[in-house]
Amino acid sequence: MNDIIRDLQVDNLQVDKDLPTGAPVNLSRRGLLVGSMGAAAGALVLGFGLPVRGARAQDAAKAVAPGTRVPAFLEIRPDNTARFLSPFVEGGQGVFTAMVQIVGEELDMDPKSFIVENAPTGSDYLVVFGKMRITGGSMSVRTSYDTMRKLGASARAMLLEAAATRLGVAADKLATEPGYVVHAASGQRIAYGDLAGDAMSLPVPAADSVTLRDPKQFRWIGKPVERLDVLDKSIGKAVYAIDLKVDGMLHAAVQHAPRLGMSVGAVRNEASVRAMKGVISVHHLPGAVAVVSERWWHAKRAVEALQVDWAEAGAKPVMDGIRVMPANFSTADFAERLANEPGDGKDAEKEGDAAAAFASAKTVVTATYHSQYLHHAQLEPPSTIARFNADGTLDVWMPNQAPEQFQADIAKRTGLDASKVNVHSPMLGGFFGRHFLYQAANPYPQAIQLAKETGRPVKVIWTREEEFLRDPMRPMAAVRFKGGLDANGMPVALEAISICEGPTEGIAGHNKDKLDETAVEGLTGKSYAIPNRRIAQIYVENPTMLAYWRSVGNSMNDFLYESFLDELADKGGKDPYELRMQLLKDNPRLSTLLKTVGEMSGGWKRGPFTAEDGTRRARGIAMASPFGSHTAAIAEVSIKAGEVVVHDVWEAIDPGSIVNPAIIEAQINSASALGVSQVLIEEAVYKNGMPVARNYDLYPILPPSRMPRVHARIIESGEKMGGIGEPGLPAVPPAVANAVSTLTGERVRRMPLSQYTFNS
Amino acid sequence: MKLEINGQPYEVESDGDTPLLWVIRDELGMTGTKYGCGLAQCGACSVMVDGEIVRSCVTPLDSVANRSITTIEAIQNDAIGRKVVAAWVQHQVPQCGYCQSGQVMAATALLKQNDKPTEDDIAAAMVNLCRCGTYNAIKAAVQDLSGQKV
Ligand code: FES
Ligand code: FES
Repeated sequence: MNDIIRDLQVDNLQVDKDLPTGAPVNLSRRGLLVGSMGAAAGALVLGFGLPVRGARAQDAAKAVAPGTRVPAFLEIRPDNTARFLSPFVEGGQGVFTAMVQIVGEELDMDPKSFIVENAPTGSDYLVVFGKMRITGGSMSVRTSYDTMRKLGASARAMLLEAAATRLGVAADKLATEPGYVVHAASGQRIAYGDLAGDAMSLPVPAADSVTLRDPKQFRWIGKPVERLDVLDKSIGKAVYAIDLKVDGMLHAAVQHAPRLGMSVGAVRNEASVRAMKGVISVHHLPGAVAVVSERWWHAKRAVEALQVDWAEAGAKPVMDGIRVMPANFSTADFAERLANEPGDGKDAEKEGDAAAAFASAKTVVTATYHSQYLHHAQLEPPSTIARFNADGTLDVWMPNQAPEQFQADIAKRTGLDASKVNVHSPMLGGFFGRHFLYQAANPYPQAIQLAKETGRPVKVIWTREEEFLRDPMRPMAAVRFKGGLDANGMPVALEAISICEGPTEGIAGHNKDKLDETAVEGLTGKSYAIPNRRIAQIYVENPTMLAYWRSVGNSMNDFLYESFLDELADKGGKDPYELRMQLLKDNPRLSTLLKTVGEMSGGWKRGPFTAEDGTRRARGIAMASPFGSHTAAIAEVSIKAGEVVVHDVWEAIDPGSIVNPAIIEAQINSASALGVSQVLIEEAVYKNGMPVARNYDLYPILPPSRMPRVHARIIESGEKMGGIGEPGLPAVPPAVANAVSTLTGERVRRMPLSQYTFNS
Repeated sequence: MKLEINGQPYEVESDGDTPLLWVIRDELGMTGTKYGCGLAQCGACSVMVDGEIVRSCVTPLDSVANRSITTIEAIQNDAIGRKVVAAWVQHQVPQCGYCQSGQVMAATALLKQNDKPTEDDIAAAMVNLCRCGTYNAIKAAVQDLSGQKV
């Protein structure tokens, strides 16, 4: 996903083309940012770089090469607390805490003494591959780890320097302890907060001149440091986009066209709706109507009362970049079409000679597997506040995972220069891929238009129903599998032809000369020693809008592959755990993972067996290697009243090296919940061009009663650091499905399991 | 209409059929109580009315006139609420946090009525949705508060 996201998004970003690679600069010397950050006087404001706006206008300033200098800001206040501006948005994954664990470790300052806020837009913060800024792809910590360490270390060096001058001793006679510079010889101790004023006037040391801490001496990196946002979130104090308010703000609610692409024709009762209580104005928007009011409830009630004759899409699209939803679209028909689409597809991965191996195989197994459309269903519905300011700037507050991307888009829509568009990125009430720029899927164009038309700041909130109508979905796929077994039942050849559209090509457009890796990841990249393999894709454009969903292509492809692998094991008379062991015998990293998860579960036992409570149960195994990490999961299931019960999930993850084990454990729980939810109950169904479910009543998400116990273990192999937020998910659905297949004797080939009727 | 919220009297002007949620959030500006579905599905909007948990998105204003409403903003004024919050911190429950006001309210209401809830009691009371899947942490925190072995 990483490279593809990069290709997709870099074009949209305001990346300076002529970035020199000058030395770090001390921003506070020029008085930049202090005001905008609200920094306390005398605070050390360290920035390895400049804010994007005005940077090149500053004569002395050298612009920032993203990724070559530390793109974050640190403020140390007189009270010895620190403020850190994070390039990554917090949405529950714990990234704010992880960031200050890393910075604090090198700065020598307790993570607890930080407050963290999301950084504004600016080229300083394009830290992902030095080119872009997104919070996604499980990339935050792994792509910025070194950068953040250097930032902390540089700040510490400046404080030491300032203390050396004040005490009249050489800097190398000084040491630090959390929050203080200490001079052992004289017993003197100076708080960072006292030194920040002096340190502020010093040049920032060259990035390569600072020494980093020996990882053996880490106090916070690698430790289960408590999250910084937990108390606020437990007492209702955390502020999300939907909670924000600006002076003079009006509220708006919308009614979307039932099918994307339709436009407002006649509104039959506009006059009477205008007369409804609280209604200030009624607006016709592209593909939607809106009501503006002093109170959102009035706006909502009124907008839902509007009787709109929606006009079918004409030749000219009602919005750029959208797909016109056909009136007869149904997901059931579309799944059929995918499964039967002729062709062999375009190669995504090829090894050996699959065709020859099939010809000489003892047994050939074929099967078609399916995945379903999914909603993000983050609990916070989308909202946006737009405010045009007297100085010609525009402020926009919106949930988002990529502020610069939205800034560029808003600039394009409004004709404003990007430097006049301020995108604010509040805490996210869940995201799971929802808050990237998807056409027609976010309320900001509506908020901007309404702010313009009313001359007042406007906040648009989408109801859950309007959200599920416009939520772009995780793609669906049909995969035609073919496996060849030798006389011993060992797989010698595997072919997987996925008929689907990948999320990236769905969003950015299909390129017939390229393959969308996000369509096939999880079918590709498997480590099993099957000598002859062919993974391919047949591209079929979807009439729906597609999106990234937690763990992207892996969210479905590991289910598809790992379930078929169990089917092969069965056909070859092999135990699925033993088969994986054999196929990985030359791969120590994955063998360890598989062994570990087996041990965690008390030793591999497939079942069916009778549990202590008398229920018949079975276990399933699956593995996945998403986002630079590797996982293995075992699930234990039973059937109760025809429904699958998942009792336990054991999952081992090897992310190479780690920053916070407690956060990782929480993420494994969270990813397991979403994986179980997907495999048990979730499916976005369309009939007649419209989603059947518009709220959680008909699109259920995992309730507490169906949550399994989750047992997580982290293995630090010391390999390159991988992702955390997403990797826990992909192995869970196939582990559950494989367990169910074992228990019921019926091979599960599609999600969700709620569409099957099982006998208890 | 007169309301009592968190021990304070309020005079509100919203119509009687307005959901309590929007009176609290918009008219009174207390945004700790969340909107998730508007359909009594998720529980993000949970508040206590006379100590009972209700989903404020489907609670008409006129049904709570002159009754005592407690929102998350006042959770730490309540002895049990404080314990619940402490357990939430100790178990590091929240992830995105959006559902957690409702979860904390639900746990507080449960423990106010039943200081030793069984596993079944907990399962029956803690039914709010969490898309981040914090359910195991929630359960551990409530079991801890009920004196059960976690
Ligand atoms: S917002 Fe009230 S139950 Fe979901
Ligand atoms: S913590 Fe995110 S929805 Fe519960």
